[in-house]
Amino acid sequence: MQEQTLLQSKIEQGDFTRGGEVSSSLKDVLRKLGIKSETSRRVTIVTYELEMNIIIHSLGGEIEVLISSEQIKVVATDRGPGIPDVEKAFQPGFSTADDFVRGMGFGAGMGLNNIKHYSDQLTVETGQGKKSKFTAIICL
Amino acid sequence: MRLSEIVPLIELEPLVVIDEPNFQVETVCGCDLMSDVLAFSQEKTMLLTGLTNPHVVRTCEMTDIKFIIFVRGKRPPQDTLDLARERGINLYLSPLSMFECCGRLYQAGLGSETMRRID
Repeated sequence: MQEQTLLQSKIEQGDFTRGGEVSSSLKDVLRKLGIKSETSRRVTIVTYELEMNIIIHSLGGEIEVLISSEQIKVVATDRGPGIPDVEKAFQPGFSTADDFVRGMGFGAGMGLNNIKHYSDQLTVETGQGKKSKFTAIICL
Repeated sequence: MRLSEIVPLIELEPLVVIDEPNFQVETVCGCDLMSDVLAFSQEKTMLLTGLTNPHVVRTCEMTDIKFIIFVRGKRPPQDTLDLARERGINLYLSPLSMFECCGRLYQAGLGSETMRRID
């Protein structure tokens, strides 16, 4: 099966009200496709973390989810401002989130580590002052 | 343990009821950090939390948690109730503290979920 787009959506900076809608729609799509629940759980957790990252940390961006016969690919791109120290950002507990975000239960410094944990393959393209692109692959 | 046994044990008031009262609850997670629920929750479980915003429902939806108990008598806002109905998540309210809820449930035989190790 050739790679097909399951979902593509723009995400606005600071849009906590709509935060999670993309991941929620994706969960419905995966259920309709008959994707097994453990795989669906991993894909939606990764997507939700990436969606909230765009809302919390970026200037806005986009999420695209693609499927082939072997894998599901979640691609999150944003318009910056980039991650200056990627290694540090992946350390459990490291966070730059403000008090408002922490008050909502996020920003505990587990997001990127969690995305890596639930992905079979993860690539990150970023840098200070640059756009960021996360590509997470979950095998079927 | 059946949900119907948990209701009197921690004095639950139903807010949004989707599943039957004979639903079997195996483990419990007590947490106010949704980041940690996303990171550590490994099994279909019940979440006890003091947070009431809609992202608690979103987090449970993504992690396949079907029951949320709001502790310390904190009543969730309407948008949280509406989202729970839409996404099929059960909501209950306990007047007890997090510590008291966890203590009573543990004493009654419910265990903690198996946590993944940080890698």
